[in-house]
Amino acid sequence: MPLRTMPWFRLVVGAMLLSSSSAWAEWTVNMTPGVTAISREIYSLHMIIFWICVVIGVVVFGVMFWSVFAHRKSKGAKPAQFHESTTVELIWTTIPFVILIAMAIPATKTLVKIYDSKESVIDVKITASQWKWRYDYLNDGFGYFSNLRTAQDEIYNKAPKGDHYLLEVDEPLVLPVNTKVRFLITASDVIHSWWVPALAVKKDAIPGFVNESWTIIDEPGIYRGQCAELCGKDHGFMPIVVIAKEQAEYDAWVASRKTAAAQENELKGKELSKDELMERGGKTYATFCAACHNLEGTGTPPVFPALKGSAIALGDKNAHINLVLNGKAGTAMAAFGAQLSEVDLAAVITYERNAWGNDTGDVIQPAEIAKLKAAQ
Amino acid sequence: MSAVLETHNHDHHGPAKGLMRWVFTTNHKDIGTLYLWFSFTMFLVGGCMAMVIRAELFQPGLQIVRPEFFNQMTTMHGLIMVFGAVMPAFVGLANWLVPMMIGAPDMALPRLNNLSFWILPFAFLLLLSTLFMEGGAPNFGWTFYAPLSTTYAPKTVTFFIFGVHIMGASSIMGAINIIATILNLRAPGMTLMKMPLFVWTWLITAYLLIAVMPVLAGVVTMMLMDIHFGTSFFSAAGGGDPVLFQHVFWFFGHPEVYIMILPAFGVVSQIIPTFSRKRLFGYTSMVYATASIAFLSFIVWAHHMFTVGMPLAGELFFMYATMLIAVPTGVKVFNWVTTMFRGSLSFETPMLFAVSFVVLFTIGGFSGLMLAIAPADFQYHDTYFVVAHFHYVLVPGAIFGIMGAVYYWLPKWCGNMYNETLGKVHFWLSFIGMNLAFFPMHFVGLAGMPRRIPDYALQFADFNRISSVGAFMFGATQLLFLYIVINTIRSGKPATAQVWEGTDGLEWTIPSPAPYHTFTTPPEVK
Ligand code: HEC
Ligand SMILES: [Cu+2]
Repeated sequence: MPLRTMPWFRLVVGAMLLSSSSAWAEWTVNMTPGVTAISREIYSLHMIIFWICVVIGVVVFGVMFWSVFAHRKSKGAKPAQFHESTTVELIWTTIPFVILIAMAIPATKTLVKIYDSKESVIDVKITASQWKWRYDYLNDGFGYFSNLRTAQDEIYNKAPKGDHYLLEVDEPLVLPVNTKVRFLITASDVIHSWWVPALAVKKDAIPGFVNESWTIIDEPGIYRGQCAELCGKDHGFMPIVVIAKEQAEYDAWVASRKTAAAQENELKGKELSKDELMERGGKTYATFCAACHNLEGTGTPPVFPALKGSAIALGDKNAHINLVLNGKAGTAMAAFGAQLSEVDLAAVITYERNAWGNDTGDVIQPAEIAKLKAAQ
Repeated sequence: MSAVLETHNHDHHGPAKGLMRWVFTTNHKDIGTLYLWFSFTMFLVGGCMAMVIRAELFQPGLQIVRPEFFNQMTTMHGLIMVFGAVMPAFVGLANWLVPMMIGAPDMALPRLNNLSFWILPFAFLLLLSTLFMEGGAPNFGWTFYAPLSTTYAPKTVTFFIFGVHIMGASSIMGAINIIATILNLRAPGMTLMKMPLFVWTWLITAYLLIAVMPVLAGVVTMMLMDIHFGTSFFSAAGGGDPVLFQHVFWFFGHPEVYIMILPAFGVVSQIIPTFSRKRLFGYTSMVYATASIAFLSFIVWAHHMFTVGMPLAGELFFMYATMLIAVPTGVKVFNWVTTMFRGSLSFETPMLFAVSFVVLFTIGGFSGLMLAIAPADFQYHDTYFVVAHFHYVLVPGAIFGIMGAVYYWLPKWCGNMYNETLGKVHFWLSFIGMNLAFFPMHFVGLAGMPRRIPDYALQFADFNRISSVGAFMFGATQLLFLYIVINTIRSGKPATAQVWEGTDGLEWTIPSPAPYHTFTTPPEVK
C-alpha cells in the first residue's frame, strides 16, 4: 500500500497542512512505480526494504519506549544488574544478517536485468552540456538540442508559473512504446546525470566516457525528469521531457524530422537576407547563448562578458566567428562549431554583430562558416 | 584522591593571564575549550548559510539569491559544517575528556596540540575569504567533483585547496596526539578493555583520520596540479579520468562520515548508562562493533557512485559490503536499548539528547540501508532523499551527540550546573525543528526533487515550505544554546564532583570545576 493512502499518514500530514490551500495531489510522499517493468521492480524493492525497516523500527523502538515509560526512576524502578550476554549478541548479529541476505537476492536479480542492454531496437545518444541536452537518433541520422522552455519571468516571479514550471523543454525526447531503446550517455563539459523517475533510468553523463542504459516504456505519455548531478550555475534548469508515442505516431514523427533535416541542409547553400538571419539568430541566441551572456547582451561580468559593445562583437569578423566555433579553452565559453548548424552559426553571429546597438551591418552567410570550418 | 590533587596545585601551575594564555597554551583543557568555541562559531556561520538556502527554497522561483550564489552557499555550508563544526567539536571533546578519562596529566604531545588547533582558524579564514573575492566562493558542492572543481571552477579554488590542506594537517596532528595519549599515558590498571567507550571510539576514529586525511590531501593536490601545472589527472581531454576523482574522494569521504559519528557513539555510550543507572550492556561487543564499522568503512566507498557506470560486479560488491555495515550498527543500537531496558531511567537534558540520538540516528540508518540497495539507489541518488538521510545521521547523530556531551560534562568543566528547564526547552525546540526540517525531505526526494537546486517544480512547494520553517526554528534555537552555556559558566549553581547520580569513570573523581592540572600523579585503577 502506498504510504500516502495510509490513514495515519493523512492524519499527520493533514495536521501540518491546516494553513495550506493546496490540493492533496501535491503531497506526493513516495516514489513513483513508473511505466517500465524495471521501474516497477525497483519500486517493489523500495517498498520491501521500507517495510523491513518499519518492522525493525517498531520492535526496537517498542522495547525502548516500553523502558522509557515503565522503567523510570520516578516510578520507583530499581536497575537490574545484567550487562552482557554472548547468546543475545549472537542472536542479534545473526537475524539482521539473514534479513540482509533475503534482501540482497531480489536486489541482485533486478540489478542483473538492468545491466542487460543487449538487443536494443533504437539507439539514442544523449549528450549533456552546460545546461542542455542533445539527443541523437543514431539509427535515423538526426539529432537536436533540448532546452528549458520556462520563461525567465516565471523564474523571477514576474509572471505566473505554469503547470510544468521548470519541467518543460522546447524539444522533448520522443520514443516509441514497447520498444527496447538504448541510451548512450556522455557529456561535453562537466558531469551531468540523466534522470527520468518514471523510467527509473539515472545514469551519469561523464566527459570522455560513454555510459549505457536502456528502457522499454509500457504506456504512451509524457514523463518528466531533471539533471541529477550538480553541473554548475543552471544545474536546476536543465529538465528532461520524454514523450512516449505509439509506434505509428513515432514513425510519422521520425519521417517529419528527417524531412526537416533535409530542408536545413538545403538552406546551407543559400544566400539569406539580413532579416532572415537576424530573426533566426535571435532565437538561436536566446536558447544557446542567453544563459551566460544574457538576453540583452549584458552578460554577468566578470565571469560572463557582455557582448553589447564588446571588442570582439564589434571587431574583426573572423576572430568573432573563430571564437564561437572553437570556444575559449579553460573558460565556460564552449566550442559551438559542432553543436550548431552552419545556418544557426551564421545567424547567431550576424545577430550578435547587429543587435543591442552593435551596428556593424555585417551579414554572415552559412557558406562563409562552412568555408572556415573546412579550413580548420 | 582530591587530597592528592590539592597538594600538587601550586600557584605556578595555574593558567597564565590574559589573551596570551590562549595563544601559547599547551594545556589540554584550554585547547579543548578553544576547539569547542571555534566549532560553535563555525556552526553558527555554516548555520547562517543553511538559513540562506532554506530561505531561497521557501517557495518556488528565485527570490533572494542568484543560482551562482546559491551553489556557493550549499558548498560552503557543507564544508564548514563537516570540517569546521563537527570535526573540531569532537577533537575539543577528546582534548577535555581523554586525559581525564584515562588518568593522564595532559595530552602526550602538548605543543603539537597547540599547533593543531591554531592552524585551523587560518584554514577557515582562507576558505571564508573566497566569499569576498572575484569569482566567488567554491560553488562545486562539498564533494567538489572534477572537472566542475578544476577546469570549470572559479579562480578561488586554489584558496579552497590550501584551506583543505591545512585542515587535513590539523586533523592528522590531532589524531596522532590522541593515539599517542591513549596508548602511552593510561593510568596503571587502565587496560584497553577497561577504557571508557568514548576513549575507544576516539582511538578508532584517530586511526581512520590518519588513514584517510592524506588521501584527501592527495586528491586536492591532484586538482592543484590539473589547475596550475598542466597535468590531466581528471581531465578526459588530456587522457585523464573524471571518475578517478570520485573514487579517490570517496575513499576518503566514506571513512570521513564515520569519523563524524564514531565519537558520538562513544558519547552516547557514556550518557545512557549514567541516566539508566545501569552498566552499559555488551561493552566488549560495542568495541568490536566499532572496530568492524571502521574496517567496513574502507570497502564501501563506491556506494556513493552507483550511477557512474561501474561494471555489474563492482555494483554488487559495494552493495553487499554496504548492507553488511547494518549488522555492527544494529548491534550498537540493540546494546543501547538493552542498557535502558530494566534500568532506572531519568531524563535530564543529556539523556534526552542521547535517547533521541538513538531513535533518529537509527532512522538515518534505515534510509542508509535503503540507499545501499543499488537498483533502488538509481531512484534515490542525488535527490533530497539523500539529503534527508545524511542530515538524519549528522544532525541528531553527530550534533545531538555533541550537545548531549556538552550538557553532560559542562558542570565538570566549569563547575556550575546548567539550567535544567532551559536545557529541556533547547532540546525540544531542536528536536521539533530538526524533524520538521528534515523529515519532509524524504518525501520530496522520493517524489523526484534533485538536490543542490535553487528552484524547484511546483509539486514540491508545500513540503519545502515546511522544511524551511523547521530549519528556521532549529537555527534560532541554537542561540538559546549559546545563552544557556554562557549563563552556566557565569552564574550556574555549583556542581558536585560526582555531578550525576549514576556516573562511573575517573573524570567524576576529580573536583568540579576540574583543576587546571589533573592526575599529575596517576590514579590507581582497580
Ligand atoms: C556557459 C556559458 C556561455 C555560453 C552558453 C556562451 N558563452 Fe560566450 N562566453 C562565455 C565566457 C565565459 C566568455 C569569456 C571567455 C574569455 O574569458 O575570454 C565568453 C565569450 C564570448 C565572446 C567574446 C566576448 C568578448 O568580448 O570577449 C563571444 C563573442 C561569445 N562568447 C559568443 C557566444 C555565443 C554566440 C554563444 C551562443 C552560441 C555563447 N557565447 C554562449 C560563456 C558562455
Ligand atoms: Cu546538468
